[in-house]
Amino acid sequence: MINDADLLVNDAHWAFGTGFEDPLAGVDTTVPEGVDAAGLARCCLMLGDDALVLSQRLSEWCSRAPDLEEDIALSNIALDLLGQARLLLARAAAADPSLVPVLPEDSPVPAEDALAFFRDAGQFRNVVLAELPNGDFAETVTRLLLFSTWRLEVFEQLVTHADTVLAAVAAKGRKELSYHRDFSARWFVTLARGTEESRRRVLTAVDALWPWWSALDVPAEVDVVLEQVFAAARVERPEVPPAEDGGREGGHTAALTDLLADMQSVARAHPRGLW
Amino acid sequence: MSEWPLYEVFVRSKRGLNHVHVGSLHAPDDKLALMHARDVYTRRNEGVSIWVVRADAITASSPDEKDPLFAPSGDKVYRHPTFYDIPEHVPHM
Repeated sequence: MINDADLLVNDAHWAFGTGFEDPLAGVDTTVPEGVDAAGLARCCLMLGDDALVLSQRLSEWCSRAPDLEEDIALSNIALDLLGQARLLLARAAAADPSLVPVLPEDSPVPAEDALAFFRDAGQFRNVVLAELPNGDFAETVTRLLLFSTWRLEVFEQLVTHADTVLAAVAAKGRKELSYHRDFSARWFVTLARGTEESRRRVLTAVDALWPWWSALDVPAEVDVVLEQVFAAARVERPEVPPAEDGGREGGHTAALTDLLADMQSVARAHPRGLW
Repeated sequence: MSEWPLYEVFVRSKRGLNHVHVGSLHAPDDKLALMHARDVYTRRNEGVSIWVVRADAITASSPDEKDPLFAPSGDKVYRHPTFYDIPEHVPHM
């Protein structure tokens, strides 16, 4: 019989221990000269929140995916994004400590966790596309295709960023994102050209996501890639007016509030907890 | 998704070693089988190369044929290179 208190203090029960290290441990987090620290922090917060929120959404598939193989694939992708979020939130906190919510003085919660678990929806800077509820598997695949194609292009550009920490995060992340894009593109085409029912679901997903997708300011290169995937899937991109996405300024849908309630409840119940 | 075909998965754990059978999985097509194999069997850095092959493309020996197939080699010890000393620096033997 293992009791809770034992689990919390006895590292031997956990394969990798319970003390998660600062993801930027050993890295010089001084902001290079000529880089606007507050602007850098805002940029990292946006990218970090996109990854954190979509990671949480993808992890909701755990044990519920259509098949064991898909279950593991989506969980892997969720973990990749969580890793990106940790690095980016830690970078944001180091570049501009004023972003980090104030916790009790004796709280051992690191800055990345304070950002993840102790901000309310209005302080999150993710785009609405990341927070929308999962829908069915076709909708999850379609969102992942749009998101990872866009994010991969952004990371390709950030690899040469003047802040070497952000550049290194981007260099690591683009390998992960290339896989996410391949995985979702292949499923998108497979479903769109599969059965009548799977195609119907893809088309429904595209219609549902498109207003939130077209609200985003994405680099032109993204469209080139998407055009190829949509052509292979024989899917037309819908002509619909963009939605009002205030996510980058903290304007979110109720879906984010629900997601955060789920994600943050344990950390908030134990603000002095050590994880 | 019981209609998905079964694939057998072979992973090479590092360069120079053989691909080894690690398990099986279901997938709708060859390319997705490869992706599934990557996700299911190489999450902990196990591999540098993956093969997947549809299980129905494998012709297997049957346990009923065990004697005609394998028994004749049982008494031919001279086929085993066990009479040599293997130098210590030769790995994977």
